[in-house]
Parts: sequence; structure tokens; C-alpha cells
Amino acid sequence: MTRFRPIYLLLFPPYIALLWVGFYNRVEPTLFGIPFFYWYQLLWIPLGALLLYPIYRAEERRKD
Amino acid sequence: MAQAPNMTALAVFIVLFVSVAVLGLFAARWHQSGEAQISEWGLGGRRFGTLITWFLLGGDLYTAYTFIAVPTALFGQGASGFFAVPYTIFVYPILFAVFPRLWSVARANGYVTAADFVRGRFGSGALALAIAVTGIVATMPYIALQLVGMEVVLGGLGIHGHWPLVIAFATVAAFTYTSGLRAPAIIAVVKDLLIYTTVIAAIVIIPGELGGYGKIFASVPPARLLLAPPTADNLGQGFSYATLALGSALALFLYPHAVTGLFGSASRHVVRRNAVILPAYSLALGLIALLGTMALASGVQAMPAYARGFKLFGANYAVPALFLQMFPSWFVGVAFAAIVIGALVPAAIMSIASANLFTRNIYREYVHPKCSPANELQVAKIAALVTLVGALCFIIGLPGAQKFAITLQLLGGIWIIQTLPSVLIGLYTRWLHPIALLAGWAAGIVSATAMMAAKGFVSPIYALNIFGVTAPCYDAISSLALNLAVSVVLSFVFNAMLSTREDATAVTDYV
Repeated sequence: MTRFRPIYLLLFPPYIALLWVGFYNRVEPTLFGIPFFYWYQLLWIPLGALLLYPIYRAEERRKD
Repeated sequence: MAQAPNMTALAVFIVLFVSVAVLGLFAARWHQSGEAQISEWGLGGRRFGTLITWFLLGGDLYTAYTFIAVPTALFGQGASGFFAVPYTIFVYPILFAVFPRLWSVARANGYVTAADFVRGRFGSGALALAIAVTGIVATMPYIALQLVGMEVVLGGLGIHGHWPLVIAFATVAAFTYTSGLRAPAIIAVVKDLLIYTTVIAAIVIIPGELGGYGKIFASVPPARLLLAPPTADNLGQGFSYATLALGSALALFLYPHAVTGLFGSASRHVVRRNAVILPAYSLALGLIALLGTMALASGVQAMPAYARGFKLFGANYAVPALFLQMFPSWFVGVAFAAIVIGALVPAAIMSIASANLFTRNIYREYVHPKCSPANELQVAKIAALVTLVGALCFIIGLPGAQKFAITLQLLGGIWIIQTLPSVLIGLYTRWLHPIALLAGWAAGIVSATAMMAAKGFVSPIYALNIFGVTAPCYDAISSLALNLAVSVVLSFVFNAMLSTREDATAVTDYV
């Protein structure tokens, strides 16, 4: 019914980045004294939103 | 300090609270069409634009209880409490990709609840009833927990006893009854300005006072700074962390109060835009979570001034105590008002959402099928009042009700996810048979409850044994897997045996 659009692949990086807990369950490198575990996850909040933006733009261009 | 009320803070707090109450009562007049029907009151006439929807959903999803419970988890448990951050990140791609379809089909068919959609899509009253009842049951303890958030903050101001809670809930009841969804939408704007001010002030002031983040994190016991690593035969805390984040994210937008907030928006573009801009609240939540670590570093727990608060509220008192220690009195008033007003918004939306479900999927379906729109509206308004009074009586009338409410809320999250196959998969296909979906739902509810019972209803994590490896998994994920398996297998059977059913929705309704 609806054709698959490759730009929708941008939905997935946050899940890969954050479900792979072993990758970020560490203290170093720290940022301003904050352990990696905490700042890496906080960093993904804006990154996740930035990844949605291009899909949003593509959808808005498609609309009627 | 914990004995005598903190007068400056109390005065600032009361001024802000009263202003917001008045604002809520006058919200009824805002963009009012004058039509007496449930979508006017219960969905604000489906006219909220991008910005108001942003405030409304922000106030709705990031509740006062969240603002108390998340830092408390970091304060008490350390790293494992931080799962709220990946949780809120996982929510938005799902919201973006899936929920515009639900918005569109609801708009095209006049649906007010998710159960309305399931009723139309699958032509099954029984399945719709299961969805509606799950929604109501999952929401009730959530409302009760907003009272817990309020109680802690009021305790921090030095006022104890039940009457402040009664006043606060009477206020919510009054503006919910008169203004419907418009009241929390307007109040959410004020609340969020206060919340963002508080968060920014906390992040600027407190780390400096405590000697920087290096020192703050040095105060965390080393065993709690990170998650326990996996071993040869155990996937470790990382697995429960990931499943908690994913399961909570999948459940969030199935909650009735989330659906109500979404259906109030004016277009599917508003929904999409909000998936992009709502993460701003996640950032605030992530920073608020760190306040729990800061409370640990500040040593408030050992100070005599806060002993009474910690005795009454346990670790929940960590953030109020931190604010009292670090902020000037007047700003404590602002910060505490932000949290209490932050409880009014979701309490109002949740009571409206439960009322919508009761009215549409129980009253109109089973009690009075030919009721007029005006009658439907009146029933919904009264149902919202009953919901709020019920939550209040539950919390102040039942000894030990707080613990019970927390257990019920944990269960509620695990129960609500069992509606995912009917609601979310139903948006794409109706291959799954309604009887199979009902059986899957029942299997999910029973298995999830049994897993919780096996852990004494205190932990939502149950260790699965997969080929000799122990996997500590969030009950919502494991029970959802069982639910899906039952739904798929039985659909093969029922689709072969029984004829096709009516579908009240058209393909073009979804786009």
C-alpha cells in the first residue's frame, strides 16, 4: 500500500545506540567530570530529535 | 525548618497556585464553539496547534510524579534509575512513525478513544471493552501517584495533613468539570515556564556549590555508578535496563491520557512536529534525574533539618531537601509550585481520558446506546469528577495506599502494553483476528501479573532462563512477546474457521 522510503531508516540509530548497553556502560571518557554512561545517553536526546527532522521535512514535502 | 512553614516560600507558592486555578476556570471560554458534545470538552474541540500540543503533551507525559520519582531512583539506586533517559528517547521515533495514522483514522471516524478505533476496526465489542477497561485501570493509580508528588512537596513547605491535597484536588475537579481539556492545556504553559526556569537555575547554581560534576559523581558508591556487568551465564543489569527503556517507551502512547492529548491536536502534522520538538522535555528530565545524584553529593540526608522529611517520605524527599538547602526561600516557592502545578495538569488529563473511555466504551456501548451528544457530555463530566474523588479517597482514606498505588502503577504499565497488538498493529493490518487478540491480551495480562506476583509485586523484572543463560527482563517485554505469539497462532486458526468481519474504517482514513 505505502512504498518503503529509505529516509525512514533514520528512525533506527537511537535504538541501536542505546540498546547496546555494553558499549556505554563505562566511566571514561568523562565530560566536565560526568561519566560517559550519563553524558552519552543525554547526548542522544538531541541527536534523536535531529535524526527525526529530515524525515519530517521529507514528509512535509510529500504532502498534498 | 521542617517544623515551621517556610513563610516566604509558602507565600510565593500560594500566589502561583491561585493564579493557575483562576486561569484553569477561565480556560472554558478559550476558542469555545459552544457545542455540547464530548469532543468539545474531552478533546478541546480537536483544535490545538503545534505549540499548545507541545505544552499539553509535555505536561501530560512528564508528570510531577516523574519529576520526583526519577531523581529519587538515581539518589537511591544509582545508574539503573537512569533508564528514564533512553525510555524518553525511544518514544519519539514510534510517535513519529505510527501515531499520525491513529490521529487520522480517529479524525475521519470521530473516534474519541483508542477503544473506539478497535471497536470500528475489528467490529468486536468484547475486544474494545478489554482495551477500555485496561486503560481505565492503568490510569487510576497514575492519578493517585500525582497526589504522592504533591504531598512530598507540600511537606517540604512545612505543611502536612490531608487538607492541602483536598484543596488541590478540588481545584483540579472544578476546572476539569467546567473547562475540559482546555484547562490543562492553558495551565501547562505556565507550569512549563516554571519547570524550565527551575531546571536551568538548578543546573547553573547547584553543581558550582557542590564543587563540580567530578565531585558530585565521586559521591556515588562505586558499585552504583554503572550497571552491574554481564557474566558468562547472566546478561546482567544492562539487559533489564534496555528492556525497561524499550517496554516503557512502547507502552507510553497507549496510555489513555497520551491518546487524549494526541487526539486534541489539530492535524497529523502537529503530531509529527511534536515528535521532533518534545525531546526538549526529555532533556529537562535528564537534567532533573541528575538532581538525584546532586542530592546524594550535597549530604542533605544526614542533615537534622531534613530528618523529618526523609522519615515521612523516604528517598522521595531528596530533591525537595536539595532545593531547600541550595535555593533562596522565594525560589523554593517557585520550584515547588512548578511541581505541584505539574501534578494538576496530568491529573486533569488522566481523569478526562478515563471519563472519555467510560462514557464512549462502557456507558454508550452497554448502558444507553441511544444517548444524545449532550447526555454523553454530561456523563463524561461526572465520570471525570468521580475519577478524581476516587483517587483522592484512595490515597487519604487507605493506610499504606501509597505503596499500593506504586505497585498498581507498575502493573498498569505492564497491562497497558497488552493493548499494543490491537491498537498499533491494528493500524496497519486487520489480519489478526479479534478473538485471537483477546486471547493474546488475556495471556499477556495473566503472565505479567504472575511474574510480578512471583517477585512480591515490588520488582517488574523477572529473570528468564534462555538456554541456560539468565536474562533479567522487564515483564512488559516478555509478556508482550507471549501476547503476540498467542495472537498470531490463534489468528491462523480463527481466520481459517470463521468468516470475515466488518471494518468500519477505510484505507484512505489512515493517511
